[in-house]
Amino acid sequence: MTQLAFSNAQAALRKPSLHRLMSVVTALMIAAYGVLSPVTAHAELKITVGAGNVQPMPIAIAAFHGDNASNQEIGRQLAEVVSQNLKRSGLFAPLDPRAFIQDVASLSAQGPRFGEWRALNTQALVSGMIQNDADGRLRVEFRLWDVFAQSQIEGMAYMTTPQNWRRIAHIISDVIYKRLTGEDGYFDTRVVYISEDGPANKRIKRLAIMDQDGQNHRYLTDGSYLVLTPRFSPTAQEITYLAYVNNKPRVYLYNIDTGRQEILGDFPGMTFAPRFSPDGNKVIMSLATSGNSDIYTMDLRSRQVKRLTDNLAIDTSPSYSADAKRVVFESDRGGTQQLYIMGADGSNPQRITFGEGRYANPVWSPRGDLIAFTKILKGRFYIGVIRPDGNGERLISSAFHVEGPSWSPNGRYLTYFKEIPVGPGGQQRSAKLYTIDLTGYNERELQTPKDGSDPAWSPINP
Amino acid sequence: MRKGLLTMVLLGGLTLAGCTDKPNDDLMLDERSDITHSPMTGQNVGTGEGYNQYGVDGAPIPGSMEDLIVNVGDRVYFGYDRYDLTPEALTQLQMQARWLQQYPNVNIVVEGHADERGTREYNLALGDRRATAARDYLVSLGVPASRVSTISYGKEMPEVLGSNAQSWARNRRAVTKVQ
Repeated sequence: MTQLAFSNAQAALRKPSLHRLMSVVTALMIAAYGVLSPVTAHAELKITVGAGNVQPMPIAIAAFHGDNASNQEIGRQLAEVVSQNLKRSGLFAPLDPRAFIQDVASLSAQGPRFGEWRALNTQALVSGMIQNDADGRLRVEFRLWDVFAQSQIEGMAYMTTPQNWRRIAHIISDVIYKRLTGEDGYFDTRVVYISEDGPANKRIKRLAIMDQDGQNHRYLTDGSYLVLTPRFSPTAQEITYLAYVNNKPRVYLYNIDTGRQEILGDFPGMTFAPRFSPDGNKVIMSLATSGNSDIYTMDLRSRQVKRLTDNLAIDTSPSYSADAKRVVFESDRGGTQQLYIMGADGSNPQRITFGEGRYANPVWSPRGDLIAFTKILKGRFYIGVIRPDGNGERLISSAFHVEGPSWSPNGRYLTYFKEIPVGPGGQQRSAKLYTIDLTGYNERELQTPKDGSDPAWSPINP
Repeated sequence: MRKGLLTMVLLGGLTLAGCTDKPNDDLMLDERSDITHSPMTGQNVGTGEGYNQYGVDGAPIPGSMEDLIVNVGDRVYFGYDRYDLTPEALTQLQMQARWLQQYPNVNIVVEGHADERGTREYNLALGDRRATAARDYLVSLGVPASRVSTISYGKEMPEVLGSNAQSWARNRRAVTKVQ
């Protein structure tokens, strides 16, 4: 049966390579094998997401079986990364592998002995296998099983270089997440943020990037000039951000592949608060001239600049809707910071927030259904979400200082930073990154080597 | 050594004058637009180190950053989320304008700053408003616009560390720096 599965796998569709490290990962569908039991009365293996505090689904993730000692170690770590990913999502409760009865070698060779897994009260089981091909590349195979239905419900094989096994773990996590929740995953992503170090009045700030689980961390700037508010391109390996190169605050582009940094345009004053358009072809930002901040766009190809607001108020923190037809931004034209939505050409601005307090840095969800924001109310800071029609405001996190939400590409999670006073007299600041489910549950710190602020989630890695 | 002494003297002269506490719309902060601000402090002077700004008699070299700090005052303060110039700020800037007219070769940059109790991007815009308000007033007093540039640091460079209204009030400022 296993032999048959492999021949099926060889014949399966070979997907185009996935990454610029390219050749690095290739994926194959693995045909179902094992006991295809008749449909039984068991509930479908699926989490319904949406409601807040869901009961996390138990899932057994066995170490991937390696054909030698080195692959066994990779297989153990790979399963651990998948396990940690799913656990952090708040939707899964991975079981302790020490409770597993069936050994990974037989699991890999013969498939699950379902009775032994059913005894653990888990309906979902993940198994896998790691081998090397003739060129020394890694072949990672994984299968997702419905223990109650006694059937394989997902199966993939990936080819990659051995150093790239972590990426495979994230891709597999996304496949499992999608299969069991029906929503797109978000694990094969990165976070760009501002690393902070030093006393509060002499902070060293550096642009930094890492995987969404904090691994593969690296700095992109050296701290010799101030950098703030990075954002990922939705379509390219590019980041836009504010940098004080030679004490001139301007919006820059950074190419992650080449390491090249480029000033965006030639503006007479400070440009700031940059974000990409959903197609990645434009940057929308603020320009401050003579004490007045308005919103502009720059086309990245033609370099053509368009002014969207012309108002004595502070207009800033613009964010495109997913369909690129509208822009949400903040303005104090009504007296204090509030959120407004206008057409992508600047037409017909309408205020959408009327609650107590100030509303700032709105970010439109990639799903289009919600806008996240920072709120200041009675001296306290909040992260909240609101519908584009101005209804349904919910505050989901709060602290002495919390700011700067950014959506995961599937629109289900937010990342932001929290800052609290520390040290004698509360004179210093501790700034940390967090993630949270948009329902307000499952707030978790995203660990960074030093302090961190202004996190921005990448799209799914190409 | 000299710098430490200077700081002590200046801090000795610093008083937080009796303040009227106005309730705020959102933030329960005291507005302290009436803080004494002239001359203020020798700390946090970016240009103070690295080269000598004092003459042989120990007095600041005329036309230097130290001269501005010690004999004129280099900064003005703003109310919470405000960028209008207070009467004290107007007086301070008038003194700066007179000083600048004495030293026509001196160019300055006005730095606009905000306290930490606002969001980052709004504060960048607010710092720009504050620096521009100070710059525009200096220009209206006859300082050539070509001698005065501005930069906003938003809330990125607090002057005073602390988690209270007094600290935040000291950070809502526009600082004139000799270039």
